[in-house]
Amino acid sequence: MKRGNEILVSLITLIRKEIKRYLRIWVQTLVPPAVTMSLYFVIFGSLIGPRIGTMDGLDYIQFMIPGLIMMSVITNSYANVVSSFYSVKFQKSIEELLVSPMPNWAILVGFVMGGVSRGVLIGCIVFCVSLFFYPSFTIVNPLLTISVLFLTAILFSLMGFINAIFADSFDDISIIPTFVLTPLIYLGGVFYSINILPDIWRNISMGNPMLYVVNTFREGMLGVSDVSIPFALGMIIFFIIILTSACLLLLHRGVGTRQ
Amino acid sequence: MNQFALEITDLKKTYDSDVVALKGINLSVKEGDFFALLGPNGAGKSSTIGIIASLVTKTAGKVKIFGIDTDENFPEAKRLLGVVSQEINFNNFEKVIDIVTTQAGFYGISLKDSMLKTETTLKRLGLWEKRNEQARTLSGGFKRRLMIAKALIHEPKLLILDEPTAGVDIELRREMWEFLKEINAKGTTIILTTHYLEEAEQLCKNIAIIDYGELVENTSMKDLLSRLDVQGFVLDIDKILDQPPSIPKFPITLEDSSTLNVSIKKDQSINHLFEQLSALDINVLSMRNKSNRLEEMFIEMVNKS
Repeated sequence: MKRGNEILVSLITLIRKEIKRYLRIWVQTLVPPAVTMSLYFVIFGSLIGPRIGTMDGLDYIQFMIPGLIMMSVITNSYANVVSSFYSVKFQKSIEELLVSPMPNWAILVGFVMGGVSRGVLIGCIVFCVSLFFYPSFTIVNPLLTISVLFLTAILFSLMGFINAIFADSFDDISIIPTFVLTPLIYLGGVFYSINILPDIWRNISMGNPMLYVVNTFREGMLGVSDVSIPFALGMIIFFIIILTSACLLLLHRGVGTRQ
Repeated sequence: MNQFALEITDLKKTYDSDVVALKGINLSVKEGDFFALLGPNGAGKSSTIGIIASLVTKTAGKVKIFGIDTDENFPEAKRLLGVVSQEINFNNFEKVIDIVTTQAGFYGISLKDSMLKTETTLKRLGLWEKRNEQARTLSGGFKRRLMIAKALIHEPKLLILDEPTAGVDIELRREMWEFLKEINAKGTTIILTTHYLEEAEQLCKNIAIIDYGELVENTSMKDLLSRLDVQGFVLDIDKILDQPPSIPKFPITLEDSSTLNVSIKKDQSINHLFEQLSALDINVLSMRNKSNRLEEMFIEMVNKS
C-alpha cells in the first residue's frame, strides 16, 4: 500500500511538472494553434467554403471542424511528448527520474498524460474557436467524440515518446512531424471526403492511418464517416497497446535513456 | 544492521562501442564510511557510479545497497541512495524550490512534506534566499549546492558524489567539505570521486583506486600513505646557484636558481639534509611538499598499472 501511494505521488508530481512546463510557455504552446486554426476557418471555411458547397451533405466549414480539431490534437500531443522527453534527455534531467524509485510505467504514463492533457486542451480551444465561425455546431455522439479525442491523444503521445527515445539531436525530433505526420494528416481526410477521389487514390488513402482517426472523430461529432468505426476504433486501441509495450520494453532496456 | 552500505561483486561493463569500462570490480564500503573512489579520467569511476545509480546498465555482476540486491528490488535500494552527478542535471529554467520539491515528489514524498524538507535542506545549504530564482541565474557554486540539495531531499543513507567540487572555488570547496563531514558524522555513508587528491586525503577514511576498469588498490587512507617510500620537497634557499648542490643519498635538482627539488626516502632524516646544506653555507628559507602525498602515491600506482 505504501509503495502504491509513493508511486501515485511520483506520478502526480511528473504530470504536474509536465503540465506546468507547457503552461509556463503558453505563448508558444497554446496560442499558435488557436491563431492557425482561426486562419483556416477564415480562409477555407468562410471565404472559400461557400464556393465549395457541401461535403457529405454538410456545410464545408462544418465538415472541416472535426478534421482541424484532430489535426491540432495529433500535432500537439505528439510535439509535447517528443520535445519534453528529448529535452530532459538533452539536459540530463532524466537522471532525476532514473535515480528515483519510480517504475518505468509511471515515467511513461507521466509523459503521456502531459501530452494528452495538452492535446485535449488544444482540441477544446480549437473547438471554441470554431464556434465563432459556426455557432450552430452540435455534437452528435459526445461519448464517441470524447473517447476518440483521448485515444488519439494517447496514441500520438506514445509515438512522440518513441521518437524522443531514439532522437540524438533536435533535428531528429522535427523530421517525423514535418515529413511524416503533417503530410499524412493533410491527406487523411481533414479537408475532404475520400469519396470525391478517383478509385486509385481512394484505395491508396485507405492505407493512411490518419484517415481512420479523423473519420472516427468526424463520426462522433457529425455522424458521417468514410470508414468502418468498429474497425477504426479497434485499430487505434491495438496500436496503443503495441506502442505502450514497445515504450516499456525500450525503457526497460535503457535504449536512449541509459548508457 | 547490515555491515556494508555498498557491496559490488564482479561488476563488468562493456559499452556498445566495445569499450570495456569495467573488467570485474569487487568493492565493499562499510556503513558510516567516508570512502574515496579515485582513478584517472576514463578509468571506470563514473561507469561504476552510473551502474549503482541505474544510469548505466551493467553487463555482469552484482550490486547490493545495504544488503538489497539491485536486481531483485532496485526501487527499495534507490530509496536509500542519493547521487550527485558530475554534470548539472536539472532544468535551468525552473525555480530552485520547484527543482527540489519535484525531486522529492519522484521519491514519493507528498507536496506538503516535501515543502518542509525542502526548506530545511535549502537552509542547510545556504540556498533558501535563492529559492524563487531560476536555476540558470545561480553561480557555479550554488548550482553544485543545488545538486547536493536534490540528492539529500529524501534523506538517503548512502550518498555518492561524483566530482562534486570540480570547478568550485577554494572557499566554497572547504564549506562543502565541512558540510559533508557533518552529514557523515550524523551517519550518512559517503562515497566520493574527485581529482583533488587533497580533498580525498582530508575527508576520506578508506580509498579505492580504479584504473583501466580494474581495482588497483582498496585499503585505508592511513595504510596507503604509510606505503609512500619517497616524498618530494621544494626548498627556497638564500643563495643563487648555477647548479644543484651535491649531497650524497639526496638527489637534488634546481627548479630555479634559488629553489631546490629534493627527494627524501622514508628512512632518511631531513635534519641530515639541512646539516649538509648548512655545511655548504646554504640556508633554507622555507620548505613545502612538492605535491600532495596522496597524489604521489596515486601517480605511482596508476603508472604501475
